[in-house]
Amino acid sequence: MSESTAPLLEVEGISKRFGATLALSNVSFDVRAGEVHALMGENGAGKSTLMKIISGNYQPDTGSIRISGSPVTMASPRDAMAAGVAIIHQELNTIPEMTVAENLATGNEPLRFGMLDRRTMVAQAREKLARVGADIDPNRPIGQLSVGMQQMVEIARAVAENAKVLVLDEPTAALSRTESQQLFELIRSMRSRGMGLVYISHRMEEVWELADRVTVFRDGQLIGTRDMRADGPEQVGPGDIVKMMVGRDIDDLYVRNAHQSGDVRLAVRDLTGPGDIGPVSFDVRGGQVVGMVGLIGAGRTEVARLIYGADRRTGGAVTLDGEPLDVHSPIDGIKAGVGLLPESRKDQALFLDLSVKDNIGMSTLRDHSSAGVVRSGSLLTAVRGVMDQLKVRSNALKLESRALSGGNQQKLVLGRLLLQKPKLLILDEPTRGVDIGAKSEIYRLINEIAGTGAAVLVISSDLPEALGISDELLVMRNGRIVATLDARHADEERVMQHATGVYDDGATTTETAGTAR
Amino acid sequence: MNPMTDTTPENPLPDTKPEPAAVRRGSVVAYWWDRVGIFLVLLILIALMAALAPNFLSVDNAINVARSVSINAILAAGLTVVILTAGIDLSVGSILAVAGVGSVLLAVDGVPTPLALLGGILIGAVAGALNGAFVAWLALPAFIVTLGSMTYLRGLAYSLLDGQPLVASDLGFRGIGNGSVAGIPQPVIVMVVVYAIFWFLLERTRFGRHVYAVGGNMEAARLAGINVKRVLLSAYMLAGAAAGVAGLIFSARVLSAQPTAGQGYELDAIAAVVLGGTSLAGGRGRILGTLVGAVIIGVLSNGLILLDVPFFYQLIIKGVVIIIAIALDSLKRFSRAGT
Repeated sequence: MSESTAPLLEVEGISKRFGATLALSNVSFDVRAGEVHALMGENGAGKSTLMKIISGNYQPDTGSIRISGSPVTMASPRDAMAAGVAIIHQELNTIPEMTVAENLATGNEPLRFGMLDRRTMVAQAREKLARVGADIDPNRPIGQLSVGMQQMVEIARAVAENAKVLVLDEPTAALSRTESQQLFELIRSMRSRGMGLVYISHRMEEVWELADRVTVFRDGQLIGTRDMRADGPEQVGPGDIVKMMVGRDIDDLYVRNAHQSGDVRLAVRDLTGPGDIGPVSFDVRGGQVVGMVGLIGAGRTEVARLIYGADRRTGGAVTLDGEPLDVHSPIDGIKAGVGLLPESRKDQALFLDLSVKDNIGMSTLRDHSSAGVVRSGSLLTAVRGVMDQLKVRSNALKLESRALSGGNQQKLVLGRLLLQKPKLLILDEPTRGVDIGAKSEIYRLINEIAGTGAAVLVISSDLPEALGISDELLVMRNGRIVATLDARHADEERVMQHATGVYDDGATTTETAGTAR
Repeated sequence: MNPMTDTTPENPLPDTKPEPAAVRRGSVVAYWWDRVGIFLVLLILIALMAALAPNFLSVDNAINVARSVSINAILAAGLTVVILTAGIDLSVGSILAVAGVGSVLLAVDGVPTPLALLGGILIGAVAGALNGAFVAWLALPAFIVTLGSMTYLRGLAYSLLDGQPLVASDLGFRGIGNGSVAGIPQPVIVMVVVYAIFWFLLERTRFGRHVYAVGGNMEAARLAGINVKRVLLSAYMLAGAAAGVAGLIFSARVLSAQPTAGQGYELDAIAAVVLGGTSLAGGRGRILGTLVGAVIIGVLSNGLILLDVPFFYQLIIKGVVIIIAIALDSLKRFSRAGT
């Protein structure tokens, strides 16, 4: 990479105003050939607005964009593509029923005598996939592929269209660890071929692993750009970046449960479910926070849903406070005192069209109605109370939940659970897609709930988080619990070894503080 | 000062992140469009008709419009609940026929009038409940289920009468078709009562919240502990009961049992619901919007007749209006999605 050549993409003095809000204020930013430039910042900090401007979805109010030194106007995504800027969105842009080859050819199908030339299309697809090193059968319907593979196909399409700058928006959000590693390989190889990559992520360790430079946004302002390859006094650490993101120090992001564990509340014995889940056995005590970790597909979510009653059990016994927890539907689960925060906020928890108030109150309407008629004063009091606890402004009561940030949406779902006063709270990926500020709030809440004596089970793919907030860790692999660790004394490496099966001796390991390592 | 807008200084963190302003501005427009947009359309239409047709703005004509709107409006009220659950009911026209025929047969057989009326509503509710059961428990697509019941119920209406209309000129409940109380036609009074009930159900009861939840996100509703199947069953049952009420009015109006009653009515009813701002995707909409939607269709028809617009042009205009309404609905959805 020579220093003298102009950056692949430069934006200078970009501002964008929506009504009264300045979404981007005088931002200058560039992407050089052969670098990974990470963009960080909380939700609503201005990253997406900037990305929408460089991909031609929004027009800036002021400022200019240059590609390899020459000024361009990007009036549409098509212009951006022609200029060599492509985006891989968080939500995939594929047509599930069509094959990989068809997806790759969309908009540019090879024709022969005016008819679709399938053979050429498949051959071209093979070639495009080979360029990104993806070993995928072009004839498979794309919907059958894992999210990671579908993403590869999208990247292959962008590369085939000669993208010079590729923007990846939270690309690992739905990927397993292996898939993420494959993606990182690909990113490195694109970098070495001289492409410029913009990498948007909340995950610090990924940014650490990949980025050459990091730019941090906050409230529409560019706070700063740091060279990650710098040594000596210029050297930056994770703490510096977090500080730039939140504008203050976060001494301790994770709030360790400070409460004494009481008696066993949840006891799971030989629980099995469809899809070769289980048998699993474990206990959660009152006031205890138990983390459940493992790779994607290890069966964590499935176990949670079996306990809650969302899926049918095939065997085993579950008790809550000594009473059998025989649940056949979420209705039974809630009645018995189980609360579940589902894995996917948007698909499984939120009512985007409904107000904050309705979203929070939805599971406990029975407590606030007489003969089926909602007592709206009583409901309002309860919802206000929980909003105070969640530190959500009460003037948001009537807002559609769609209008809130990811972190606040997650708080709504938590609020709904708080109103249920559950004896057992199961949180499936409680901080996924949530900004750092809201994360620490959620940790504080988990701690508070444990303080009331509830049993808390937290499923997390974020290992530092699982280690940081739990008392005990259950490591799952292939539908079974393979290790029970003391979270205070475990480390990421140890957990990953169990999760990936390095110690595959078929036995369940229990390690406590005393176990030497 | 309103405590709700009070942001206390001991709450320094911006709890609600500043949303991208585009969302907020879009939602302000959407907010007001949702609430008054359709009234505006109605007012403009009335002004237009008043300017074009000299005899349009009169008490007599207003009563006339109200009477002619009542049946469609009642069908549409029930349908609103179903559409809010992200479903559809194509069978309401056929339910109207079966319930109408059934109630006339009961009355002719000497069953006391109140029981005959109740019978008609019950027939509608049962037919609707059957739809709901198929949709909820067998998870069949509502479009197909109700397409089927639209056909079999029509067949039932014919077979109850051996294919012939049955005239009943001294029908005990003929009043609810043709009578008036203090100058207000009885069908209009029935319509108002039906809307009051449905408004209460949707806005004030637990069931109402559940309807919106199921239509907005069925999986989330299930996981939130809502009995989704029961909500669906109830929604279709209510649509059937409303169609039953419409059937009573229809029979009373024509003083006979007509196997062909209500043919094609489902389309006007769907149009009223969609015009009223209820999203066909479910989860969004208001019952009073539906009433306004039905009135718009009624005013349009009435005005076009007063203007001597030939019937076939009336159809063209009505069709175009419905497509514009649906286009507005999808534009609103786009503006929400494009954040």
